[in-house]
Amino acid sequence: MSTAAPPSHAAPAPVHSIAAWWQAAPFTAVFVLFFLIPLTLIVMVSFWDFNEYELLPGFTFKNYVSIFAGCGDASEGLCVTLKTYGSTLKFSFIVWLITLVIGFTVAYFLAFHVRSAGMQTLLFVLCTIPFWTSNVIRMISWVPLLGRNGLVNQTLIGMNLIETPIEWLLFSDFSVVLAFVHLYTMFMIVPIFNSMMRIDRSLLEAASDSGASGWQTLWNVVVPLSRTGIIIGSIFVITIVMGDFVTIGVMGGQQIASVGKIIQVQTSYLQFPLAAANAVILLAVVLMIIWGLTRLVDIRKEL
Amino acid sequence: MRVREKRPASFWPLAAVFGLFVLFMYGPMLVIFILSFQGPEGGLTFPLRGLSLHWFGKLAEGLGVVDIGAALRRSLALGAAVMLCTVVLSVLAGLAFRKRLAGGNALFFIVVASLIMPSIIVSLGIGLEFRLIDSGIKAALEWLGMEGALEGYGTSLGLFTSALGAHLTWTLPFGLLIMFAVFNRFDPAYEEAARDLGATPWQGFVHVVLPLIAPSVVGIGMFGFTLSWDEIARTSQAIGDVNTLPLELQGLTSTVTTPAIYALGTVTTVVSFAVMGVTLALAWALGRGRKAKAG
Repeated sequence: MSTAAPPSHAAPAPVHSIAAWWQAAPFTAVFVLFFLIPLTLIVMVSFWDFNEYELLPGFTFKNYVSIFAGCGDASEGLCVTLKTYGSTLKFSFIVWLITLVIGFTVAYFLAFHVRSAGMQTLLFVLCTIPFWTSNVIRMISWVPLLGRNGLVNQTLIGMNLIETPIEWLLFSDFSVVLAFVHLYTMFMIVPIFNSMMRIDRSLLEAASDSGASGWQTLWNVVVPLSRTGIIIGSIFVITIVMGDFVTIGVMGGQQIASVGKIIQVQTSYLQFPLAAANAVILLAVVLMIIWGLTRLVDIRKEL
Repeated sequence: MRVREKRPASFWPLAAVFGLFVLFMYGPMLVIFILSFQGPEGGLTFPLRGLSLHWFGKLAEGLGVVDIGAALRRSLALGAAVMLCTVVLSVLAGLAFRKRLAGGNALFFIVVASLIMPSIIVSLGIGLEFRLIDSGIKAALEWLGMEGALEGYGTSLGLFTSALGAHLTWTLPFGLLIMFAVFNRFDPAYEEAARDLGATPWQGFVHVVLPLIAPSVVGIGMFGFTLSWDEIARTSQAIGDVNTLPLELQGLTSTVTTPAIYALGTVTTVVSFAVMGVTLALAWALGRGRKAKAG
């Protein structure tokens, strides 16, 4: 942005940069106070000790050791921590895959098959409106459909397809994944749609003129050029699911473990050092996933 | 008008997928909207046993120990505060990023990190920060020998301290990204013209830039309010003794077994939609006003 400024902007730069600094100061202060300092404190407190009443400043690896207690013993099977991470990663992967397929399809339809710009905007807004409504409401809205006496079971019994209600529709892995897909496909649609709208339409014509089939064009032209949107959407969905405790709590009937839920429970018991150590580990895992996903995607250029 | 080409064969299956997706998005919401008008005898699922406002009445009386009205007022107040802060701080920061901003890249990196950071981590960190502040204040009061103040001191965690901060870490990144999108498409020629005509930077901003970006600024306000209104994860560990409406709602999902919870869902959704409607109307009016002036 500043590099693109015409020369007339560059001349009084020192004055501008001071003004710019003041303008950005309150914004920056919020992130220092409510993001950087808290993160630093988490790392610091993860090395502290604690008893039932208070936190004891110090430097100990006790919290990390206790999280991985029993993990070295292969004969016992997986320890609780690794099992929980395994289950959370499993949810992340399944949800990522489903939201990617649905999100890509919806974005592709909007970007390449809807012709009038007005209709495109209207349908796009239609897809994004639920994002501004309550997540918990959207979760419990599945109850009348999937419950034991819900619409799905009533219909299936009415059609004589099943004798007794299906129990695994609600408060199960299935309902958790369903709710995640329901809530977060939007995070895939928006960035992928954004990338697709930048694709030069003449490239598609060139591909078809050169004899490419529809699928070949899709796979060799559209998918590579939507890569940035796919990566940004993937980062959103995966980080949300990795840290989630609300959706897994409500849709899993408070019975399914997740990393976020462990942290939440430990915090509510005021075991801050343990919760902090878990948060540091979660952060490390998430950062590794993101690092694996991104190779220099400049988000700023994509807007 | 160009002649319409024939639609490709892939159009209809894709349109069907899109239709199903929209049904998937809105169907369940519509169902609880209908069920919130369930008659007094009705239950959590179909069939409807009459239509009534019975469950809205129950909701107004309060659900168990939860004071819904108070939680609603808290959420509205917090949402308004978050909206105001998000608009002002994002616009200021957006202006700053147009100039030469030392450390701008680092700041942008932090903002993106805040956006994709698992919310439970942010929430835990803020909760921790304010509890450490509490211990610090208590120790200071003790050291100063102010017994009365020490006894009266509760906690620094609260709606307009820690919870406001937690919400801003979630809304401000959206605000800044919108500002980037706005200024990437912004023609600086208007400002330069104003400057050439002798406008001060403030005049240039108020009379030229602000009217041009006004519809987007209204949009930022909507992001600020609606995201705060529904926020749970970042608030959960960072709010202290009181609860916002979505937090109460989350607690109620496991205890309330009557359609009153659907009534609550309808109420909060109506608020969200009302805010969106006002935003659209305002953005449209502002955009139209600008065009009318230009023409």
